[in-house]
Amino acid sequence: MAWETIIGLEIHAQLATQSKIFSGAATAYGAEANTQACAVDLGLPGVLPVLNKEAVRMAIMFGLAINAEIPSRSVFARKNYFYPDLPKGYQISQYELPIVSRGSIDITLGNGETKTIGVTRAHLEEDAGKSVHEGFGNLTGIDLNRAGTPLIEIVSEPDMRSAKEAVAYMKKIHAIVTYLGICDGNMQEGSFRCDANVSVRPRGEKKFGTRTELKNLNSFRFVEAAINYEVERQIDVIESGGKVIQETRLYDANKNETRSMRSKEEANDYRYFPDPDLLPIEIEKKIINEIKQSLPELPDAMKRRFIEEYHLSEYDADNLTAGPALALFFETTVQHSGGEPKLSANWVMGEVAAALNRENKDYNQSPIKGEMLGGLIKRIKDNTISSNIAKEVFTAMWNGEGSADEIIEKKGLKQVTDSDAIEKMVDEVIAESPQQVEQYKNSPPEKQGKLIGFFVGQIMKKSKGKANPKQVNELLKNKLAD
Amino acid sequence: MLDKTDVEKIAWLARLSVSEEDIPNYCRDLSNILGLVEQMDKVDTGQVSPLAHPLELGARLRPDVVTETNQRDHFQDIAPAVESGHYLVPKVIE
Repeated sequence: MAWETIIGLEIHAQLATQSKIFSGAATAYGAEANTQACAVDLGLPGVLPVLNKEAVRMAIMFGLAINAEIPSRSVFARKNYFYPDLPKGYQISQYELPIVSRGSIDITLGNGETKTIGVTRAHLEEDAGKSVHEGFGNLTGIDLNRAGTPLIEIVSEPDMRSAKEAVAYMKKIHAIVTYLGICDGNMQEGSFRCDANVSVRPRGEKKFGTRTELKNLNSFRFVEAAINYEVERQIDVIESGGKVIQETRLYDANKNETRSMRSKEEANDYRYFPDPDLLPIEIEKKIINEIKQSLPELPDAMKRRFIEEYHLSEYDADNLTAGPALALFFETTVQHSGGEPKLSANWVMGEVAAALNRENKDYNQSPIKGEMLGGLIKRIKDNTISSNIAKEVFTAMWNGEGSADEIIEKKGLKQVTDSDAIEKMVDEVIAESPQQVEQYKNSPPEKQGKLIGFFVGQIMKKSKGKANPKQVNELLKNKLAD
Repeated sequence: MLDKTDVEKIAWLARLSVSEEDIPNYCRDLSNILGLVEQMDKVDTGQVSPLAHPLELGARLRPDVVTETNQRDHFQDIAPAVESGHYLVPKVIE
């Protein structure tokens, strides 16, 4: 039977405020346990929450970026459940009147087509603390530094039909919140997290199948792997005569499998009700318009501009606008490259991406800045160095040995374009390799192309890679034809 | 009318320990409260906008500034068990 996959995502993005959503405690990551948890965060008796203006502004920015309506009135509600990292016994969240109502974003599919994914809503809420299960013997340690950190939860419509679409959607939301500067997007530190609701149904069927909720998907790769595993599992269950149970399942990256966390019998009954400690948020049209005016260029607009201005392919433009640091790095590189956008794109997504990946760094942490990379590309463009030598220069730049020009000068890497010098080397190599010359001369033309590589290689070795390959090739062909 | 399992479920959700002999009383009292709510439900509120808060005011917002200092030792004085800065609780594993 042919099956169809239905996926909806819930994304939690931590807002990049200095202080918490309802208290004046700091939100900085990595502080010593419980040093950033104040009386409000701990839920001590007698405290009252006061809403952070910046968190509201950031949530509105997100709403405007996905073309959603921002209602004039929005209400906080208590979501009641008991867990040790939730000191009050309830989480302050939003239920009936979220700050952002329905919007949508476009994703680009593998075949280049665009698909619109609905965003049901986005609401403001506070994060919980952290449970530490190791290092405390039979007990669990609780760190409440994260408790009260502002989040927006972004809930999608069940519009995605494959794990790849889900990842494309998640990447687009990630790009939007980082372009807006409202979230640092760091998935290792948990600033950007995702749960996936997954179900399958026979192709053509209108009714949704029973869904499971996958948790612990803290990288784009895990989202894809977990959904693919879960789809296979659900199909297996149904095809062997069983029924999918509505439950929460935890993804285990080490084993690449999902396993049951809790079933519907124990499912939480949150008993939402409006929080009497907080008055409704009222947002004037004037404020919304002011925020609208202040929005930065967003990924879709920037992508269109890259295609127009730099004549890049859809694919390149898509990749280069995946994050604000990357896009800025690329544009800086182009500006200093002497008008070489395509070559810049190749270097940024090739050598630079690989080097950053090895050291687990983002583009704004790169030891080579866009200006410096542009300087290197300029020297490839004007034939001062070959692409191969450029890689050597790049490594030296990465290790802090200076600018491209300094390194080329210091290491004497200038390409040899002096035809006399090249001719001398060509003659030497021909004289040293009578056997290969013989073989070349006796081969049909279609084989000669391959054989000439041997001579080019020898000459490059002799010149330490500095001979201009185009000149070498021409000279060789002429000489060997004699 | 709520029955015994309803009361047990409500008690569990609120993490309240309810003794067996008190359950019939809770069934009766809670049912009476719900009966009153049912009675109020019959009032036509078509012309009334939903009320989220009895005060007719919008939220006052605070600027995004860190105003709290580290008072961990002070707070942890009253905690039953702490170790290396963490509050300790019985093991919770999902």
